[in-house]
Amino acid sequence: MSLILFIEQALNGLQLGVMLFLMAAGLTLIFGVMGLINLAHGSLYMVGAFAAAAVAAATGSFLLALAASMAAAAIAGVIVETTVIRRLYDRDHLDQVLATFALILIFSEGTRWVFGSLPLYLDRPAWLGGTVALPFGINYSVYRLALIGAGFAIAGGLFWMIAKTRIGIRIRAGENDREMIGALGVNISQLYTLVFALGAALAGLAGALIGAIQSVQVGMGEPVLILAFVVIVIGGIGSIKGALVGAILVGLTDTLGRAMLPQFFGLFMEASAATSVGSSLASMAIYLLMAAVLLFRPKGLFGAA
Amino acid sequence: MKNMKLKSMMLAASIAALSTGVFSTSAWAEGIKVGMITTTSGGGAGLGIDVRDGFQLAVKLSGRTDIEVIVEDDQQKPDVAVQLADKMIQSEKVDILTGIIWSNLAMAVVPGVVAQDKIYLSPNAGPSALAGKGCNKNYFNVAWQNDNLHEAAGAYATKAGFKKSFILAPNYPAGTDALTGYKRFYKGELAGELYTKLGQTDYAAEIAQIRASGADSVFFFLPGGMGISFLKQYADSGVGLPVVGPAFSFDQGILQAVGAAALGVKNTSQWSKDLDNEANKTFVKAFQEAYGRLPSLYASQGYDTANLMISAMAKADVKDAEAFRAALKAADFKSTRGKFSFGPNNHPIQDIYVREVVKEGEVFTNKLVGVALENHGDAYSAECKM
Repeated sequence: MSLILFIEQALNGLQLGVMLFLMAAGLTLIFGVMGLINLAHGSLYMVGAFAAAAVAAATGSFLLALAASMAAAAIAGVIVETTVIRRLYDRDHLDQVLATFALILIFSEGTRWVFGSLPLYLDRPAWLGGTVALPFGINYSVYRLALIGAGFAIAGGLFWMIAKTRIGIRIRAGENDREMIGALGVNISQLYTLVFALGAALAGLAGALIGAIQSVQVGMGEPVLILAFVVIVIGGIGSIKGALVGAILVGLTDTLGRAMLPQFFGLFMEASAATSVGSSLASMAIYLLMAAVLLFRPKGLFGAA
Repeated sequence: MKNMKLKSMMLAASIAALSTGVFSTSAWAEGIKVGMITTTSGGGAGLGIDVRDGFQLAVKLSGRTDIEVIVEDDQQKPDVAVQLADKMIQSEKVDILTGIIWSNLAMAVVPGVVAQDKIYLSPNAGPSALAGKGCNKNYFNVAWQNDNLHEAAGAYATKAGFKKSFILAPNYPAGTDALTGYKRFYKGELAGELYTKLGQTDYAAEIAQIRASGADSVFFFLPGGMGISFLKQYADSGVGLPVVGPAFSFDQGILQAVGAAALGVKNTSQWSKDLDNEANKTFVKAFQEAYGRLPSLYASQGYDTANLMISAMAKADVKDAEAFRAALKAADFKSTRGKFSFGPNNHPIQDIYVREVVKEGEVFTNKLVGVALENHGDAYSAECKM
């Protein structure tokens, strides 16, 4: 594999990684602060993508569509949190998983009821179309480059918010000792709703950004949800920093694995056998990574010991 | 946590399976009772809904009141489909089964159904295992053998003078069948061959490889959302090589979601909405009037399946299995595809066309540009001993 191709693939991996971070950040915050396993997080991603597609179709503005995706996902998140999730905090994880799995089904069929079962159209804006020439003669998609930039900007904003703002302090306090911050007079149920809405908005935004270059359809959230779970397990459950590192590791491993493993096996195997062995191993690569990380760091890379 | 998650998933799945409702169980004296198992929920619902609508349209247009169609949702799950088939045969006492979209579901259901001497008419899936050694006198495929459209794509690529194709498909049985089918009729060399993960949505890594491979054309089989994702990202990457594919990724339902990214792509199909024959004109017009949308190839397959069944009903009673099978085999109906007959393994012999994606007004659709393969059967019929 040439160096140029390798750099291009690394960029692709990075792009996948930062988008996974948007999903994983919400998931890990919600788990860290409320101790809740939210399987319906993928549904919020889908809600964001559908809201963006609907608004883009009506107004033609991509930025409005992005705003709509965050708003719709956050509103859906608040509704779900106050009506269903709030009752689950004290229950064990099996109850949470069952209830949020039911939410997946409700969201999926509800979305089909509103939008029909055919995939929707959502495209990147024209001003982010085409390719840009990078050093070393790489032609790279402008939109993917913008996704990388947006992902890191949002990650930076999130770190700043958690480290420097009052809400961030409360979130960190909530992670450390839930009962104590309640005793100190912080309105805990308001905080929970806020964290849930924040996580939902990030997922919705990811859905809209990714939906522009993928298929906006019912059930689009579940494959991403599985990857996001892998990310937070690798990064350490509850850690935002872990989510970022884990997301980029997973993105790079997945992309480079898909690109390089079939070629690697091609060095000493017959072509078609190498393709099938390489492809099969590539689809396992992130799970092997997860297993390897858990072997040495059972709590994940940045998990609280 | 992982284990808990698995357990609760299974619990949820079995609750969902138990609660799928049954409609009527009224006794049926005359006529015919059809059990349709198809996908009407989840990501693949668009295909099942089109097959169902096409089938019901043909029943309605025939004016016959002695056909009862029971539709049940298989949720794209093999185990659910098997349960539905058992229920339809045992408690609903259906005469004919049909409707399955996916090859893995067909492989789970069809062998059991035909072994109980029930007739199964396939409106979509045509796995090679059921066309060759596993063929059965009770199994009729009204769509195609899975390899057919890919073979036609290979034949078209050869005719178009492509010398170096880059080919890719998901890593599952229909994906390997697709690439095998393409290679069977493609005479040039391959710039690369890739299997992607089933359900993959990001194709950046594959597109970078296509760019680096020095290919002169791309063939892909990525059904459903995978194809939408690939096409949008491919158009965005600026690689710009000509693309060939089977009709599945350029179907009426999908094209609107892909948008301009699909314009100009050549795809192979046994049906097109502008095929010039009476049956097709009637079908396209009636479908638009009844459902307010353009029909897809899946809808045409559902429509043809119902018309085949209705043609057999005119000749024989379904209770006389021997005569009814002979009437089906004669394929004495007006197909939306024009010429249609069955080969020795009860799979179609038909023309496969080349279509191009165009924009008509505000709608993306296909227009015919040529014929890829004429009177095309399949590669497995020799292995079939009926």
